[in-house]
Amino acid sequence: METLNYRFENGTHRLTAPPEVVGVVGSGNLEVLIEPASLDGACSIEITTAAVGFGQIWEAVMRDFQQRWLLADTRISINDMGATPAVVSLRLDQAVQTMLGDAP
Amino acid sequence: MSRPVSYQEATARERLHHLFNAGSFEEFLPPSERVTSPHLPQLNAPVAFDDGVAIGRALLGGVPVYVAAQEGAFMGGAVGEVHGAKLVGLLRKAVADKVAAVVLLVESGGVRLHEANAGLIAVSEVMRALLDARDAGVAVVVLVGGSNGAFGGMGIVTRCANVVIMSEEGRLAMSGPEVIETANGVEEFDSRDRALVWRTTGGKHRYLLGDCQRIVADDVAAFRVAAQEAVASLAGGDTALSLEALEAEQKMLSDRLNNYGALHDPIDIWTAMQMPDAANIPMLDADSFVAAAASHRHGG
Repeated sequence: METLNYRFENGTHRLTAPPEVVGVVGSGNLEVLIEPASLDGACSIEITTAAVGFGQIWEAVMRDFQQRWLLADTRISINDMGATPAVVSLRLDQAVQTMLGDAP
Repeated sequence: MSRPVSYQEATARERLHHLFNAGSFEEFLPPSERVTSPHLPQLNAPVAFDDGVAIGRALLGGVPVYVAAQEGAFMGGAVGEVHGAKLVGLLRKAVADKVAAVVLLVESGGVRLHEANAGLIAVSEVMRALLDARDAGVAVVVLVGGSNGAFGGMGIVTRCANVVIMSEEGRLAMSGPEVIETANGVEEFDSRDRALVWRTTGGKHRYLLGDCQRIVADDVAAFRVAAQEAVASLAGGDTALSLEALEAEQKMLSDRLNNYGALHDPIDIWTAMQMPDAANIPMLDADSFVAAAASHRHGG
């Protein structure tokens, strides 16, 4: 197991809906818990993952995600069981869209 | 008409969303509370923020019920300490709040072996809480239609309920096929023989033998209608486990052993039950099957 933490400053997009969870902690999948939090305008992401040694890839995927959404005052917590970067990105977008009420 | 939603393929939360009145599910101990297993991190295993079960209250066709949905994709829906405590707490709260019914969306391989004794104790507490709830007049309805089935301790919990509703794809048994094969050899039970596995543990066999009361298609809407009818049929009635019911169950099981104990394949049993065209039963859709089974099945 490995725990990774990222914090992105200066977001502009605040979410106000109650916390939401999307996805399931199962093989090749993950759950994303997204919730509003007072973080001085930052977006914090904590990842607990079963796959060790992929920190650089996680950082790239998280940076890419934050560039898409520019989240502010948002806490994201992830329990991962070996999801691929594409699945991670999809789940993160799904989490934000669920908060916005426009999930498919 | 919207397209049917497969109960089997849905996640626990999708089932809650589609089965109950839209937006009515109010979760107790939601994922944001982060009540997770204390054991899994010690074993270097990932946790889930809901420990694999969502519990709460919801409206079933407008009727307030308490509900629990196990997530089969997280460790096979297995019951650990926290997972079990959530089920127990839900059942006890249902008694305290005098709720008419509890609907359990069971999908579980049984005890979470990682949590060994804590999981075993949890399952026994769930059984006790379920029977206490029935005794207090709270009807318990179990739905089994997930790909992980209802096995081990949760198989027993399922059979403790007032009404069990299954799809053919749902499975109900004590030991799973792999467990039986490992313990007694492939000659006893070939767990890779999918057709054999489904006709032995699947909903149709359970329905014919009287182990479940309703069988429906793999469609969330069909499960919803059946659950609504089950809750309505139990409303205001006697939900407690009675001596008469236990004696009837004992007789049913003794008869089963006497009549079919020497038979090795469910098709042989269905033939002995004089089911027409027994070998073709796995091919029937839910409605045709129910019609064919009407005058042959055991139990009520």
